Amino acid sequence: MTHFGTILTGIAFSPNLKANVFETLRLGSFLNAKVILVHVGDKNDKKEQQISEYCNAFPEFKDQVSVIWKSGDPVKVITSACKEQQADLLILGAAKKEKTSKYYLGAVAKKIAKKAPCSLLLLIKPSIERIPCRHVVVNGLEHPKTNHTIQASFEFANALGSNKITIVEEISQSEVTIKVDDDKSLEKSTLLQKQILERETSRVSTILNEVDSSLKKDITIKSQGIFGTRGYSIGHYAKIKRADLLVMNKPEKSTFWDKIFPQDIDYILSELPTDVLIIH
Amino acid sequence: MTNSRNIKSFFTALPKNIFSGFVVSLIALPLGIGLALASEVPPIAGIITAVIGGILVAILGGSNVTITGPGNGLVGVVAGAVLLYADQSGLTGSEALYQGYLIVLAAVICSGLLMLVLGFLRLGKLSNYFPSSAIQGMLAAIGLIILGKQFHIMMGNRISRNGSLEYLTEIPLTIIKSFSYSDTSLTFAMFSGIISLVIMVFYAKIRNKYLQLIPAPMWIVLLAIGFSYYYELVLQLPNPIHPDYMISGIPEAHEIIANIPTPNFKEVGTIGFWAVVLSLTLIASIESLLSIKAVDKLDPEKRRSNVNRDIKAIGFANIIAGFLGGLNVVTVIARSSVNVNNGASNRSSNFFHASFLVIFIVLFSAELTRIPLPALMAILVFTGWKLAHPSKLTDTFKIGKEQGFIFLTTLIVTISVGLIEGIVAGIIATGLIHLIINKSVMPFVRNILKPNVLMFKESDTNNYYVSVKNFCTFLNYTKLKRKLDTIPETEEAIIDFSLCDFVDHTVMENIADYKETFRKKGGNLEIIGLDLLDAGSRHPFGLRKLLPVKKVLESTGVLTNRQELIKNIAKELDYSYTVRKKIETEYLENFIYFKTKTINHTYNEIGKKDTVFKVFDVEFYEGEFIAKEVVRATMLYTELDHVLPMFSIHREGLLELMYHYAGFKDIKIEKEPVFSKKFYIKGENDFAIQQLITPELAQFLLNNPTFHIESNGKALLIFTKERLAGVNEIKKMKIFTNELKKIL
Repeated sequence: MTHFGTILTGIAFSPNLKANVFETLRLGSFLNAKVILVHVGDKNDKKEQQISEYCNAFPEFKDQVSVIWKSGDPVKVITSACKEQQADLLILGAAKKEKTSKYYLGAVAKKIAKKAPCSLLLLIKPSIERIPCRHVVVNGLEHPKTNHTIQASFEFANALGSNKITIVEEISQSEVTIKVDDDKSLEKSTLLQKQILERETSRVSTILNEVDSSLKKDITIKSQGIFGTRGYSIGHYAKIKRADLLVMNKPEKSTFWDKIFPQDIDYILSELPTDVLIIH
Repeated sequence: MTNSRNIKSFFTALPKNIFSGFVVSLIALPLGIGLALASEVPPIAGIITAVIGGILVAILGGSNVTITGPGNGLVGVVAGAVLLYADQSGLTGSEALYQGYLIVLAAVICSGLLMLVLGFLRLGKLSNYFPSSAIQGMLAAIGLIILGKQFHIMMGNRISRNGSLEYLTEIPLTIIKSFSYSDTSLTFAMFSGIISLVIMVFYAKIRNKYLQLIPAPMWIVLLAIGFSYYYELVLQLPNPIHPDYMISGIPEAHEIIANIPTPNFKEVGTIGFWAVVLSLTLIASIESLLSIKAVDKLDPEKRRSNVNRDIKAIGFANIIAGFLGGLNVVTVIARSSVNVNNGASNRSSNFFHASFLVIFIVLFSAELTRIPLPALMAILVFTGWKLAHPSKLTDTFKIGKEQGFIFLTTLIVTISVGLIEGIVAGIIATGLIHLIINKSVMPFVRNILKPNVLMFKESDTNNYYVSVKNFCTFLNYTKLKRKLDTIPETEEAIIDFSLCDFVDHTVMENIADYKETFRKKGGNLEIIGLDLLDAGSRHPFGLRKLLPVKKVLESTGVLTNRQELIKNIAKELDYSYTVRKKIETEYLENFIYFKTKTINHTYNEIGKKDTVFKVFDVEFYEGEFIAKEVVRATMLYTELDHVLPMFSIHREGLLELMYHYAGFKDIKIEKEPVFSKKFYIKGENDFAIQQLITPELAQFLLNNPTFHIESNGKALLIFTKERLAGVNEIKKMKIFTNELKKIL
């Protein structure tokens, strides 16, 4: 049933190593998946010992873990490892901006994120102790991929024991064709917005009907329509609602224009509001 | 169906609108002539501006109760341009000025085109991008420019200088000189100016219904014309005022049409010309937008103006005015507020104001030459003084030292260099201050283009929730404004700044305006998440702290005589007494009396503990700008234990300004003819009010005729006069209320 049979993560010897490995292993055990740790760089005994020490903290799970040692360009090593191992999920850690409490994806991680052939989980605060994931926010864009994303997020939420899912429909402001100038146009635009929201809610509820009811039974489901810039609004929403995980569609292949104008996902990558799961 | 009802309501509202249009035209006439003269153009140009503006904006515009015509703000720019081009023309005297005027007409047409384009691009809201303190500074500078120049003419000492600064610094010289005029005709000219100024200053302070039937500027005109006739007919002497200081050259109606000037476009290729066009456009849009915003607040029906359509209409009116010899059309605040106060309910009053001006010119153009120039300039000096009143500076400093700095920078650069330079300096000063406070440019650079505002309607509570991220200043305020504009003001809304690192004064001030509009329309706008910024800031004057909520002032502790006495009453009755100013006055706003008034605060409040029964002094004002009148009155407020219809009852002649009640009809009580004849009874529900007036109540009110009584449905508001009440009056008020409540 699970989509995430193989989880892959890149490791480097940084102060965050322990937390990163712990998060990955914990997630692997929740999802009942195989975990592959990829170390970019030369292998030595000390490092090997340290990693096996971490794995020993998960005695029932450690058999599912394998470590790959490979040197070269981190971007290439990790993406090719994903392909070779047929990974379903790649976990990446985010960097924190100095002095502020904002998280972003580093340059290398960003490149990997764009090239990775599988789903991505971006963690902002890896932790050695488990922090429960209570509230999951999922995008409800009108897109063929959305069905799959919502389905996957329910599975993920169940595996992690989350009890609340909010589906956010981001509606482009340009859909509200009536500009507000005075009382009359305000009335019209309010009415139009209401109609659009109702349409979106009913669309999302048909998607929800397709989700297996066993996945829905322990979870409070909410749907929220937002008028705003795609990709950005949902991050903002996740942040103010203090969501623990944001689940999004993987964007389409980027074209020339996308490189000039920021794409939906770029907003999220340059300022992670919370942990983000991007479903391939 | 709705259409025919609209037409019907339009016609029933027509008499009121004709009346208010008439009253406004009484101000517009002297002001139009005065502004044109101060702008160094033929006096009739001001009237043409008002007529064209009034007619076209009434037909095409998108606001409701605004008045359009020549504006104060443009005087400096127009006069400067006329004088500059007059110098270049190689001619002298009035010939030269006329040539300058023709070139300025071309600039007016171009600025009209520019505004039209801005309106179509929906960029009409240009002023959103300017920091408020800079706008305040610019307005004060405009005030000083007007005041500085016209003061000398008002004193009978016409001088010609290069810069605005020189006019200001020479004011003391003119005053000294005025004591030693050898020519008595100059002294007479000076007196006409000073008397007019005195009228302007004291008019608002005297509340007498006969005096206030005619606006102050018209009193000046009438007195001046009367004076001239007195000399001519009674004393059989020539007018003692120097002929140079009389209005000259008001043509008759047929001459105006025959001599429509042709705009001169020969400068259209020069940079200087376009600088003038830009200044005209900038000021005309800013002045109009600020006025529309202020007038929307006064509108008793609380409608929202269509700003973009208004800007387009004003732009179009500018083009036509330019071709017909008029100046820039702008929405003007003082005339608009007089319009509201006299019961205007739609744009037709603007049209009628223009029509009455046409009638005045056709019938009385010859009489207008009897008005002395200093008298008209006194009106402008007063206007300038109001714009540049020192309290504007001290108020800005109260908000924060840095705001005062922005204000002063804009003011000084505007006066000493020019308008565009001034506003640019204001923007730069604001930007620099923001950088200094944040110690970094990065937060601004990185986030300026990001969509930082999130708004959604919470599906569980149906509240609108607006969250602002990163920073929110004049640079990106439009993003927030665009969202806020789409929320109906009758709803509940919350603005959350907790994800915001920096909020500036411009934003805070604008949000305070939104808050007021929401409250007036029955909704609620709340601001949250600022406490955090406040605590996190180490800067003593951090802008993020600046909530422009007026500080609740504690009095110095020393009580006046009256306060002591009130305190004693409170003690006798076992009431509580608070001297402190309270700004929570929402409970007063839905009384009919306060519909067209803005309440500042209440103070000196005594109240019964437990129940809502209180007597307090309230400070409020009606009108805006030069028509602004601040009133302090003592009122009694008590909540009812049962619901009553909304009404207002007072004896004929009790209130000086009863025409402010326009909009509510006088209800006849058939069964109580004596009572009905002596009292004004207003309200919306005739039947319920007729039911309410029992013989017992009618007799009681006839016996106690000095009280004004209002009900908003849930509570009563009772007062005697529009002034502070003495201690005995307060006691009487209390006894009366208790009796009244028993009967009701």
